Amino acid sequence: MTTSTVLDAAVPDGPMADKWDNHKFKIQLVNPANKRKFKIIVVGTGLAGSSAAATLGELGYNVEAFTFHDSPRRAHSIAAQGGINAAKNYRSDGDSVFRLFYDTVKGGDYRSREANVYRLAQVSVNIIDQMVSQGVPFAREYGGLLANRSFGGAQVSRTFYARGQTGQQLLLGAYQQMMGQVAEGNVKLHTNMEMLDVVVKDGAARGIVCRNLITGEITSHSAHAVVLATGGYGNVFYLSTNAMACNVTAAWRAHRKGAFFANPCYTQIHPTCIPASDEFQSKLTLMSESLRNDGRIWVPRNYDETRAAKDVPEADRYYYLEEKYPSFGNLVPRDVASRNAKTVVDQGLGVGPLKNGVYLDFADAIGRDGRDAVEERYGNLFQMYDRITGEDPYSTPMRIYPATHYTMGGLWVDYNLQTTIPGLFCTGEANFSDHGANRLGASALMQGLADGYFVLPYTIGNYLAPLLGDDPLTIDDPAFIEAEAELQGQIQRFLSINGTRSPEYFHRELGKIIWEHIGMERSKEGLEKAINEIRALREEFWADVRVLGTNESLNSSLEKAGRIADFFELGELMARDALDRAESCGGHFRTESQTPEGEALRNDDAYAHVSAWEWHGPDTPQTKHREELAFEEVELSQRSYK
Amino acid sequence: MSKQLNLTLSIWRQENAASRGRFETYQAKGIPDDASFLEMLDIVNEGLISEGELPIEFPHDCREGICGTCGVMIDGRAHGPELGTATCQLHMRKYNDGDTIVIEPWRATAFPVIRDLVVDRSPLDAIIQAGGYISAPTGTAPDANEIAVPKEVADSAMDAAACIGCGACVAACPNSAAQLFTSAKLWHLNSLPQGQPERFKRAEAMVETMEQFFGSCTNHGECTEACPKEIPQDFIAYLNRDFVKSKRVNRTMASRS
Amino acid sequence: MAAPTAANQGHTSSADRPLRATPRSLPFPFSLYQTSVGKKWVMAITGLMLIGFVVVHMIGNLKLYLGVIELDGVSDYDVDHYAHALRELLVPLVPHGVVLWIMRLGLIAGFGLHIHSAYSLSRSNMVANQAYESKRDWLAANFASRSMRYTGVIVLLYLIFHLADLTWGRADWFEHGEVQSNVVNSLSNPLVALIYILANIAVAIHIYHGMYSMFQSLGINNPSYNWLRQGAARSLAIIILIGNISFPLAVLANIIEFDPSLITAGY
Repeated sequence: MTTSTVLDAAVPDGPMADKWDNHKFKIQLVNPANKRKFKIIVVGTGLAGSSAAATLGELGYNVEAFTFHDSPRRAHSIAAQGGINAAKNYRSDGDSVFRLFYDTVKGGDYRSREANVYRLAQVSVNIIDQMVSQGVPFAREYGGLLANRSFGGAQVSRTFYARGQTGQQLLLGAYQQMMGQVAEGNVKLHTNMEMLDVVVKDGAARGIVCRNLITGEITSHSAHAVVLATGGYGNVFYLSTNAMACNVTAAWRAHRKGAFFANPCYTQIHPTCIPASDEFQSKLTLMSESLRNDGRIWVPRNYDETRAAKDVPEADRYYYLEEKYPSFGNLVPRDVASRNAKTVVDQGLGVGPLKNGVYLDFADAIGRDGRDAVEERYGNLFQMYDRITGEDPYSTPMRIYPATHYTMGGLWVDYNLQTTIPGLFCTGEANFSDHGANRLGASALMQGLADGYFVLPYTIGNYLAPLLGDDPLTIDDPAFIEAEAELQGQIQRFLSINGTRSPEYFHRELGKIIWEHIGMERSKEGLEKAINEIRALREEFWADVRVLGTNESLNSSLEKAGRIADFFELGELMARDALDRAESCGGHFRTESQTPEGEALRNDDAYAHVSAWEWHGPDTPQTKHREELAFEEVELSQRSYK
Repeated sequence: MSKQLNLTLSIWRQENAASRGRFETYQAKGIPDDASFLEMLDIVNEGLISEGELPIEFPHDCREGICGTCGVMIDGRAHGPELGTATCQLHMRKYNDGDTIVIEPWRATAFPVIRDLVVDRSPLDAIIQAGGYISAPTGTAPDANEIAVPKEVADSAMDAAACIGCGACVAACPNSAAQLFTSAKLWHLNSLPQGQPERFKRAEAMVETMEQFFGSCTNHGECTEACPKEIPQDFIAYLNRDFVKSKRVNRTMASRS
Repeated sequence: MAAPTAANQGHTSSADRPLRATPRSLPFPFSLYQTSVGKKWVMAITGLMLIGFVVVHMIGNLKLYLGVIELDGVSDYDVDHYAHALRELLVPLVPHGVVLWIMRLGLIAGFGLHIHSAYSLSRSNMVANQAYESKRDWLAANFASRSMRYTGVIVLLYLIFHLADLTWGRADWFEHGEVQSNVVNSLSNPLVALIYILANIAVAIHIYHGMYSMFQSLGINNPSYNWLRQGAARSLAIIILIGNISFPLAVLANIIEFDPSLITAGY
């Protein structure tokens, strides 16, 4: 086992506001005529991947983009509803780059890297310009200028949106831009290709190995640099708002090849999702957080309440957020809203047939503003809710409950978005960098596009410039042959176990353990229990999983088995990371670390650092490396929403 | 607690594009009526796996009606009986105990079956690649508010841009035409000020690529009925208008290149 | 149509296998006719011409109801005056019959283009489409829209029959230029009358969808006025249907008659 080290994030010197400009000036450039000689692989075609592939193609690099979907436009960025933040200050309400930076660091509960966040806030303004030029139909005022709204409790209106489909519209913009580069021949697009390994030789990333999901063919692809833009790992919870295919495999296989995995225990639980209705529930649906602007959250005061919601008198309703947090009320940050919902449901006050939700009531808003006004604001969300639950939210309150939504943890990257493997870069949700322990609403889209459009295309040049004249490895290099053989071995192993349980079963069981012990509230005891349970289930998985069919055909069970195998290892690491971090911060409440009033208590003396974990094999615990976090611009303070 | 349904399913099974497919009958027992249609298929698949039979492959991903991956023909209707709803958003409470449901993949020559209910819809991407974008390289954009877009225009563009690319319009069309998809994509960009410089080049390229793969529009109107986003056929008229104009106003001739 | 590739032998995506190649582009307006959207445009324009012809033809035929009229000292059935006038259009500026022939040639060209584009679009649609094995549940497609190919063929066959019947002459009673007599002779046979009635139902159905479809194909669309398009198509089809099937019914009911003793002389 190697000893723990302190990681250097390569943050440039100088005042915060000048770091990025200075850095861009100092890093090495690749001559325009030479860019064509460099081959870059981009894995994943969501916001971070498409925008990176398009921009690298425009710069003249020789890009190969990979997606495991049938079309790049299916990536789960498409499902983001609410909006995208940018420090445009179009409302003249006092917003600025510094304020967005400040809000993001504070919102992340002081667990993010200041320099990265500042850069994110700086380039946020360019993202809106770029997306408008791409034809993204953002909401407009009657004068034809862009509309904004306040989102997720922000004190300024800095969120740009396209109805409730902002993620879709941004992804289409980035995807179309990339398709333009495909047409130009600068980007070669591979669909239905799942990346299953990163090939590392002489200490640098040299390419990837993929499985064609339709033919089962395993192929190697070599390049000068590899960019992973493969999204988050929320599906480790089984039930989450992620798409069914979202997984950790690409990032995890990179981790197994030496990339450190940072802060895996930082996951975001979104407070306004539709509660599960039965055992076979396959996913949870998120309702935009904007609903909390007008809806009032409550549960009955009585444990054995049997009356319909509208018949419960005011005196018997417990508006727990309004009572506990009078100044923010129903608009407290996501983590606070989620944790309090869990508390009341755990107390037995939950509503709905499974007593697993809380009410989000629009009766007052409808009474105050009229049904039409509410319909205009939330009509499509109400319709979606009605469709899923069969209940009409105009007449009976919605039922909501928190669900896993986003993962702040991911591959550790330095200021250049490079992982601990030289030549392997990581962007978007797949990296850990910008959100700390909690992400603000409307910031995920911003980060994905910032990385892909405005950060990586510069910083990758610094890595490539010295490699001029080096050819990428040929794919018959032993490094590729070995990786291919190892994958074939894993596939054959899955197909030959011939156990009794489907991959789905193991995923569901794993999810229950993770949700129970590594969800919103954690304890030492629970986490230790989780590690044991995950290990036991993992052993059972490898002995008893049943994967039918062959490799040489579309076989979703086989795909799923490989992804679940990685979720097991990740789940264990999440538990270890959470165990190690004995403080309450961001979305995570550690029972051992709370104030006398039962609120989250952060421990800056012991944990103001990034935990980056190094892989040593499936049966050896990872070692922890630290990146110390210094707060020069934003003063450390305990968050309070009372 | 929810009701439970017992259903008879007739589902298309096919090993690959080259093999012949057939309908197989399955009994789906004890399906909770709160389940979504795809969760019903999940339950059937769990049963098949436990009996050692290959599970049914069906297209799905986000399961919230936005990614456009899902889509099958259910009892003769693309995306099933509920209008304006993708397959994943269809719930079993729409069905009654004892119902028989027939499930078939999308059919079009350009959408060959990959396996069971999964088809290859890549020609839709080929249409985008032909011109469904605005050439505005990263970093060149003026300030976002320099381009004022009348609210009505932005709203109309958004109506078109709501397309999720599921291919239901093609699947529902008796001619397997992709006019609704193409026109939605085209109008999204062609209606906006940012899209004007490439407007006619785009119209020509996208329509001609579309015609390499798909049939022609004979104005049946099945596409809009099938569309989970209820995109109107008005956009098809705008496509026709812009395309005919593109042939007349050939701007590449003006540039002598 | 490209052969399907075995999915397990190096899958190529459907996007790599176009069903047809884009031909080398001809100069405008021929370039338009090389595309399906252009052919639909031509169908719409020629369809409009043909609808115009059907309407004018029907209005002309309504003269069958007017009986005998004296004009320029000639006492003849009004419809025969009309037929005579058509042949004499713009005479003496142009020779006898020329204008009529120009119109006929225009119609022939219109028919030709309409039929050719319909044929080639149908062919390519058949290549693009694969039938469902299960029963379709149509939501918007109606009988008219789905039967265009068949009503179109019926209309063509009817046109040939109608020309043979009343333009070229298929029987002994036929006398060139004697419209009233020919019509009454032909339609007093109940079987022939039935053919006319059925064929005109097909014409009306064809025109109903064709008229509506024309607006879309030509890009005539304004959401504020779109409700008019269906109404216009339906009204026109009904007017044409009522007008045209009234003739055989009127002949069978002896409302339209021919009595040689009432006319002084033919032209």
